[in-house]
Amino acid sequence: MIQNSTAVTSPVAATRSTSLIALALSAVLGLGVVFSVGLAQANALHDAAHDVRHANGFPCH
Amino acid sequence: MFTRLITSAVFAGAGAGLIAALLQLTFVQPVLLHAELYESGQLVHFGAEAVSAHPDLGGLDLMRDGLSVLFSMLLYTGYALLLLPLMAIAEQRGQSLDGKTGLIWGAIGFLVIQFAPGFTLAPEVPGVAAADVFARQFWWVGTVVAAGVAAGLIAFTRSWFAWIGAAVLLLAPHLIGAPEPESFAGPVPPEIAALFAARAFGVALVGWALLGAFAAYFWRTSAVHSPATQARSA
Repeated sequence: MIQNSTAVTSPVAATRSTSLIALALSAVLGLGVVFSVGLAQANALHDAAHDVRHANGFPCH
Repeated sequence: MFTRLITSAVFAGAGAGLIAALLQLTFVQPVLLHAELYESGQLVHFGAEAVSAHPDLGGLDLMRDGLSVLFSMLLYTGYALLLLPLMAIAEQRGQSLDGKTGLIWGAIGFLVIQFAPGFTLAPEVPGVAAADVFARQFWWVGTVVAAGVAAGLIAFTRSWFAWIGAAVLLLAPHLIGAPEPESFAGPVPPEIAALFAARAFGVALVGWALLGAFAAYFWRTSAVHSPATQARSA
């Protein structure tokens, strides 16, 4: 049992930094999607997402 | 891990976004279409003749409503991509994560992204008077960020100092005030605008609560197949 737990310590430490990058990437991607749907002022995007913006409380018009 | 985050977010976002969109089309869209009749001048509030409160709003518009469904699913996927990393960090720090705690995560997401800015900048129906859109967006983003930091301080710290800081962050945007129009010249009756704000909040609360529950569920389900988790539990 003890051997097992020490054996997995280093892989877990190694995955911790890659997992931080994955977490950050996910958040950046999420910000991009929310910005595009909710805030970007490009006309085509605004028209297509118009009703969703109003219904979800984003400032519109 | 990244694949696991993306797939969980897409499943949760698509599911919650679809349900939110159906609720939106049922409860919010008729109010919005009604308001647009006043925005376009087809109906006139306080005109020469009394106006019926129950006009014909037309049926389903496949193109327009289809886009709403699509964008709602996209938006909720975006929310899930933001929510899941925070859930994962909390889980790494020993917090349990399941459908029930996911519900709380979702409700807090609603408070941060919908309710905090909406407390002063109420969900706007088309045709109401409003200040410059960029000024409102700037205030909106600032308020969401402040509320998000405040929620983190309340949930994850144990010091009175941090909690007071959270209270200040929650109050400050509303004490400073959101950009307001010069005068109230909106042509939409207040009855419609009030119903719209209430319905928008209600649908969003359901959508967010489901999103949190779904995100936690898919995150946990995918852990069973993840090699990293198997190594840890071996």
